[in-house]
Amino acid sequence: MSGLQEQLALLPGYAIAHLQLSLVALFVGAGISIPLGIYLARRPRLEPGVLGVASALQTIPSLALLAIAVPLLAAAGALLARVGVPIRGIGYLPALLALALYSVLPILRNTVAGLHGVDAAVLEAARAVGMTKRQRLLQVELPLALPVIVAGLRTSAVWVVGTATLSTPVGATSLGNFIFSGLATRNDAAVLVGCVASAALALGLDGLIRALERGVRTGQRAWTFGAAAGLALLCLVTFGSLAFTRRAGPEEIAIGSKVFTEQYVLAELLARRVTAAGYTPRLVPSLGSTVGFDALRNDEIDLFVDYTGTIWATIMHRDGLPPRREDVLPVVKRYLADEYGVRVVCALGFENTYALAIREGEALTDRVRKISELAPLSPQLALGSDYEFLQRAEWRALRDRYGLRFREERSMDPALMVQAVATGQVDVISAFSTDGRLAAERLVVLEDDRGVIPPYDAILLASPRLAKERPDLVARLATLEGAIDADTMRRMNLAVDGAGRSPAEVARELDAQLR
Amino acid sequence: MIALERVCKRYGERLAVGPLDLEVARGELLVLCGGSGSGKTTTLKMVNRLIAPSEGRVRVGGLDTRELPGPTLRRRIGYCFQHVGLFPHFSVAENVAVTPKLLGWDAARIAARVDALLEQVELEPAAFRERRPHELSGGQAQRVGLARALAAEPEVLLLDEPFAALDPPTRDRLQQAFARIRRLLGLTVVFVTHDLVEALLLADRIAVLDAGQLVQVGAPAELMQRPADARVAELFATPRRQAEAVDRLLAASPA
Repeated sequence: MSGLQEQLALLPGYAIAHLQLSLVALFVGAGISIPLGIYLARRPRLEPGVLGVASALQTIPSLALLAIAVPLLAAAGALLARVGVPIRGIGYLPALLALALYSVLPILRNTVAGLHGVDAAVLEAARAVGMTKRQRLLQVELPLALPVIVAGLRTSAVWVVGTATLSTPVGATSLGNFIFSGLATRNDAAVLVGCVASAALALGLDGLIRALERGVRTGQRAWTFGAAAGLALLCLVTFGSLAFTRRAGPEEIAIGSKVFTEQYVLAELLARRVTAAGYTPRLVPSLGSTVGFDALRNDEIDLFVDYTGTIWATIMHRDGLPPRREDVLPVVKRYLADEYGVRVVCALGFENTYALAIREGEALTDRVRKISELAPLSPQLALGSDYEFLQRAEWRALRDRYGLRFREERSMDPALMVQAVATGQVDVISAFSTDGRLAAERLVVLEDDRGVIPPYDAILLASPRLAKERPDLVARLATLEGAIDADTMRRMNLAVDGAGRSPAEVARELDAQLR
Repeated sequence: MIALERVCKRYGERLAVGPLDLEVARGELLVLCGGSGSGKTTTLKMVNRLIAPSEGRVRVGGLDTRELPGPTLRRRIGYCFQHVGLFPHFSVAENVAVTPKLLGWDAARIAARVDALLEQVELEPAAFRERRPHELSGGQAQRVGLARALAAEPEVLLLDEPFAALDPPTRDRLQQAFARIRRLLGLTVVFVTHDLVEALLLADRIAVLDAGQLVQVGAPAELMQRPADARVAELFATPRRQAEAVDRLLAASPA
């Protein structure tokens, strides 16, 4: 396990980014829902409809809402770009959009309920003493509804701070970076730090809001000032730190990575090479697979390691039998250049292909060494796979070409799959061929005897901007061509997954080895 | 002081009140009575436009009430009702001060006015000023409600069953306090009640409403002695019977 201290060093940066995202989302959410709630409380006919929409939003799983925000913003971005307002489709904005939408319902519902809860006699008195509509709202209705509205705000605050941990895959920095990378690289200290810190933030924010409300409601100055000072300090630290943060300069090179071990190691390796070339690297870790590619082609990240088979199947949408390994690369290269202006800098030298793996040393392995031999037995077997695999073209091709019909298909975190098959909870897993734990846990990779799975050469991609503006850097990174073979990658992965070393540390070793 | 001229209130097609003609002289106390649904509260609320008349004209102090914005009109007219509706997040003093504050009086004048009013409604200012409405009994709350209605020195006061929710001894004390205050201030009052005894004791004149129509208006004695029709006679039969029963009891008991 890479040390707790190493993780704690990352905490201030992640916590501030997390808090900033959450606070802005809450401000935006409250800014939408309190006025909307006031409007709705006066228009009972609209109320069920709008509250229904807000409830429906809430039922969208938060991770999905975050993912949906990416193409939504990309579409909006395309429109805005025409009028000269560029916006970023990944990272902060989609996370903010999704979290703000997520925070709407509790505040909205409680604003409406709070206003409805004001005693009719008090409202009649407020009119009768000669208050205008506005005076009634500000002096009577809102103060009396305040405790209920604040309760909604507190619910939203806790939700938003918790859900913000899920904004990592769309490219926003948050405490989720600990959790996603920690789960992917089996780093329990990172997961723990992420969970504890986000829980502490949520409770702290909730407590401060509650104290403020209590102070205002009971007129106790000490509570009001204490809580207001606490919140102000929080905002000051959060937003003040922004002013000191180096703005993303033109020299900063953003390096994306997906959510599995070798991606973290390779991103760290690239960061070292970028630094050596005199640029400043910035890591954008734990991106969803397509989010990462979209970010690259839109110049929102500059470097990204992808795999020819992934491009072939999910970007180029090619079905059917793949050509031979040496034929795929030129096709992919040309396609990415023509279609997106994305440059294939080099092939790193190893393949990380999808494979099916089973346990060694059981009755099954005596008879089965090829996928075609597995197919007739599949109705008795359970398949474990990562989240993506069952949705991918490769799986459909495998299933249809071999006639695989598993008894059960379970999706799980890639970090847990090896364990699941090693302990017999599933019989077959979709594995990555560079996963160092396959050999370590005595798993057998089945031969794709009908050649269904396309080749998965790891390729380093450069964004259109980088390819055009930094040919020097691209040339230096091109020296990684063929530098890493599959054995090396497996060893590096195992060093992280098995020995619990940090990706940065392993990348340092790899870097030294390569020179 | 108050004149209702051909005033109607419709809800959709249904005619709830009117057409109604009614006048209240300066310093007079007019009681509106009638069964539930007779339109007495609606009529009262049309005076300060808490309910806007559908047709006809209401004048207060000679001025057509439509010529003023609703809030401005209501700041000139005291209003006090059964449910009181004290603002729970305000102290007693803040509740009483609310209309003067809306009118922009300065703080010293408001403070003096609040204390004077609390004394008038027989609440010790020092003891009650800072209390919150939830710390008051029903009778105390209604006294504060009355003080609030009187705070901006209105000439006209509208009361909607102000004492109905109180126990009889409290109601009696408040009625007497109120009768004293309104004489002292020379208020013009419209008073809605379904309590005929209260109506008889307080009223200069009584207007009897039924189904939104004015059945009879006149001095209490006149209504008792010459009821316009069976509905009015019926209305006053109960207090008369009760009074006679009490008289008989008093006569029979040894003095």
